[in-house]
Amino acid sequence: MENFYDLVPLVVIIPLIGMVINLFFGKRLGEQGVGLVAVGASAGAFVVAVILWIALVNTDYEAGAVNMPLLGSWIEVPSAGVNIPWQFRVDTLSVTMMLVVTGVGSLIHLYAVGYMHGDERFPRFFVYLNLFLAFMLILVTGNNFLMMFVGWEGVGLCSFLLIGFWFDKAKGVGWRNSDAARKAFIVNRVGDFGLILGVLLTFWTFGTLDYYHPGEEPLPAHHEAEAAEEEQEAPVYEAEQAEEAEAHATTEGPLGVFNQAAVWLEEGGHKVDFGTISIDFEAMLTVITLLFLLGATGKSAQIPLFIWLPDAMAGPTPVSALIHAATMVTAGVYMMVRSNVLYHASDETSFVVAVIGATTAIMAGFIALGQWDIKKVLAYSTVSQLGFMVAAVGVGAYAAAMFHLVTHAFFKALLFLGSGSVIHGVEHGHHHVMHAHGHGHEEEESEEEFDPQDMRNMGGLRHRMPFTYWTYLLGTLALSGIIPFAGFWSKDEILVDSLKAGLDENRLEGYIAFGLLLTAAGFTAFYMWRQVSMVFYGKARTEAAEHAPESGRLMVWPLIILGFFSVVAGLMNVPSGFPVLGSIFGEHRFTSWLEESVVYAHAANFQWLLATIAVLIAVGAIFFARSIYNDRVLANLQRDPLEANPGTSRIFALANAKLYWDETYFRYIVYPFQRAAHWLADTLDWNFWHNWVHEKLIYRNFNRATQVLTQPVDKGIVDRFFNSIAYVTRWAAGRARHIQTGYVRTYAFSVLFGALLIMFIILFPVIRDLLGL
Amino acid sequence: MDKPEVAIELYVLLSAILFILGAMGVLLRRNAILIFMSVELMLNAANLALAAFARQWGNVDGHLMVFFVMTVAASEVAVGLALIVAIFRTKQSIDIDDLHMFKD
Repeated sequence: MENFYDLVPLVVIIPLIGMVINLFFGKRLGEQGVGLVAVGASAGAFVVAVILWIALVNTDYEAGAVNMPLLGSWIEVPSAGVNIPWQFRVDTLSVTMMLVVTGVGSLIHLYAVGYMHGDERFPRFFVYLNLFLAFMLILVTGNNFLMMFVGWEGVGLCSFLLIGFWFDKAKGVGWRNSDAARKAFIVNRVGDFGLILGVLLTFWTFGTLDYYHPGEEPLPAHHEAEAAEEEQEAPVYEAEQAEEAEAHATTEGPLGVFNQAAVWLEEGGHKVDFGTISIDFEAMLTVITLLFLLGATGKSAQIPLFIWLPDAMAGPTPVSALIHAATMVTAGVYMMVRSNVLYHASDETSFVVAVIGATTAIMAGFIALGQWDIKKVLAYSTVSQLGFMVAAVGVGAYAAAMFHLVTHAFFKALLFLGSGSVIHGVEHGHHHVMHAHGHGHEEEESEEEFDPQDMRNMGGLRHRMPFTYWTYLLGTLALSGIIPFAGFWSKDEILVDSLKAGLDENRLEGYIAFGLLLTAAGFTAFYMWRQVSMVFYGKARTEAAEHAPESGRLMVWPLIILGFFSVVAGLMNVPSGFPVLGSIFGEHRFTSWLEESVVYAHAANFQWLLATIAVLIAVGAIFFARSIYNDRVLANLQRDPLEANPGTSRIFALANAKLYWDETYFRYIVYPFQRAAHWLADTLDWNFWHNWVHEKLIYRNFNRATQVLTQPVDKGIVDRFFNSIAYVTRWAAGRARHIQTGYVRTYAFSVLFGALLIMFIILFPVIRDLLGL
Repeated sequence: MDKPEVAIELYVLLSAILFILGAMGVLLRRNAILIFMSVELMLNAANLALAAFARQWGNVDGHLMVFFVMTVAASEVAVGLALIVAIFRTKQSIDIDDLHMFKD
């Protein structure tokens, strides 16, 4: 079965082939052809992922590393000891990500064929989408940090391209679409800078970037608590570890990053040299993990870099579902889970991670309460749920984080696709109304004003769009954490783990995370039910909503499939201690599957009391929301009842203004930066450098010097000298030319005279003798 | 050899007279053909001097020289007359005072 691992390059190559075909022949293939190629490529990658999954199960979860054909040694500098192969890693973690990315990705591709129907840039959309899949799969399958970085940047690029896909649309979600794309790209750049610094430091520290070298087994987890409790056993345990590590070192040669870290942590006292300074290995790990965290806050939209994600909703809805909810934004969580050995070792980083995650979760949940745009609510909800995952990493619940990542991918993709279906329907309803009334010139005016994403323009869609409604309901219940939907299991596990981190390990961040996340869970249920009420309940508030048709088959089927998974996905990781279901589906199936590659994954027991409280909070929030947004309020919804109520109006305004994050950033970062840039450009560059240094100091003095050289020196001395030579020559020549008369006689006489002269000179001595002189 | 010996001085004198006549002709005449003939006269004056000295010294080098001069003079006449004809065709005159195009 291990031979099947060799298929793993295909998981990247197939989407690339799909992309290339659509890139060169997209125009000629037509919509159906392009859709077929794109969905086929995605589905092909999914089939490969499933084969890998089966192979992995049948080889007893043995991880494998496969070199890319033709590209085995990617970066190799033998003299410097740099060797970074282009190598894929097949283990339970990467296969999980592959299955999610390609599985959810395929469904969204299918949906997009329906959603993008009639768009003038239809082929380009699928070129981008397939390119995104390829990069995302490089990110999750790479066996070293640099490949992950390549994928990381690649998905960032695709995200930029797809957010700005409708760049020519004047106004998207508050911003121009191209501005939203740029914002996403630039904010991500801040995080990516942290990540690349972390990668470089990792290389400096470990001398390699491979997670594990081929054939290397992850060293078993080192449980500090256990070791501390059983002090007598501890030395034996450590000795075993060291022995094992030594065996690895002798048999396998140099260790990969994670095992090397484990060995050095075990030994203790390792130092990292930076020229003259040397830093404790543990401190170094804290720095590296914090830099990685900065990367994760960018990609996974955490405080302080989450601000790009809500604006990223300017992209087409399938993009929001695939990239900005299900897959790309989870890259940060994947990266931290992948580096769990490093994160586990640094208490400081874990604290920061947990606090950032939990704060983000509650903050985004609060903002979502005050949004009118159907996609913005979901966007903030995504930020909030990502906060749950990051907080889970912080409290050490790596398996729970991955579990929530998977279930969230299902139900958030479902919700986004559902919202896309709603927008699609309302837009069509609007066109229908406009067409029927035939308003002529008024049409264009109202076309601009009408916002098909504003929930105030919806209402009563339950009857118009039954499939969308029911699947949306499933997604909402899953997200709210109602038993037995998928979200319940994963969210409950995060809550249990964070409380356990507080109680058992006495970690402050455990309590903080638990408190904030439990509140955030209440917010989640509330804003989701607010949304469902506004969109689907009551009566239609606009004619467009009244005439909204149900979406086509291509869009409904993915909704149904995702709806199914939103219900049952949680059952793959039923906690131990849960009656009946545990014996049917097995306990902790997903956690034990992940344990094969995530060293510090651990399972949590089911806590009746906690689960009951969590569900009660969620149900309470739902009923509370329904009582506020009742049919009477919904019938004429211009202002939110929270806004109308004087007691809560200020809170609502705060949530509606997104807590002024953008404004704060503009005021304290963007504007000062712009001012500084203007100052540098105007004062420093133009006035000082150009006007003073260049113009005055250099240009003018140079001119002066050349003036001196040209006027007195060149013209006065050099020119005059040569001119006078020429003058003399001309004067002499003028005189000499009179000799030439042109009369033959003159020349003949000259000849004769010359001859006589010569003769005279020759004969002179004879004449002298003759005359006796 | 009982022919009366003519003194060498007489030969030389004749040659000098002829040469001077030729030179005067070249300098004073304006007709190209006459100038040409004067040049021939000078050549033959030189020939006479050569032949006379050769006889005086009993050396054939002088005689040899005379033959050379005569052949060269013959070819010179051919070329010179041709030139004069060509000049006459273009200028309708062989007056050498009219021939001063290089000066202008």
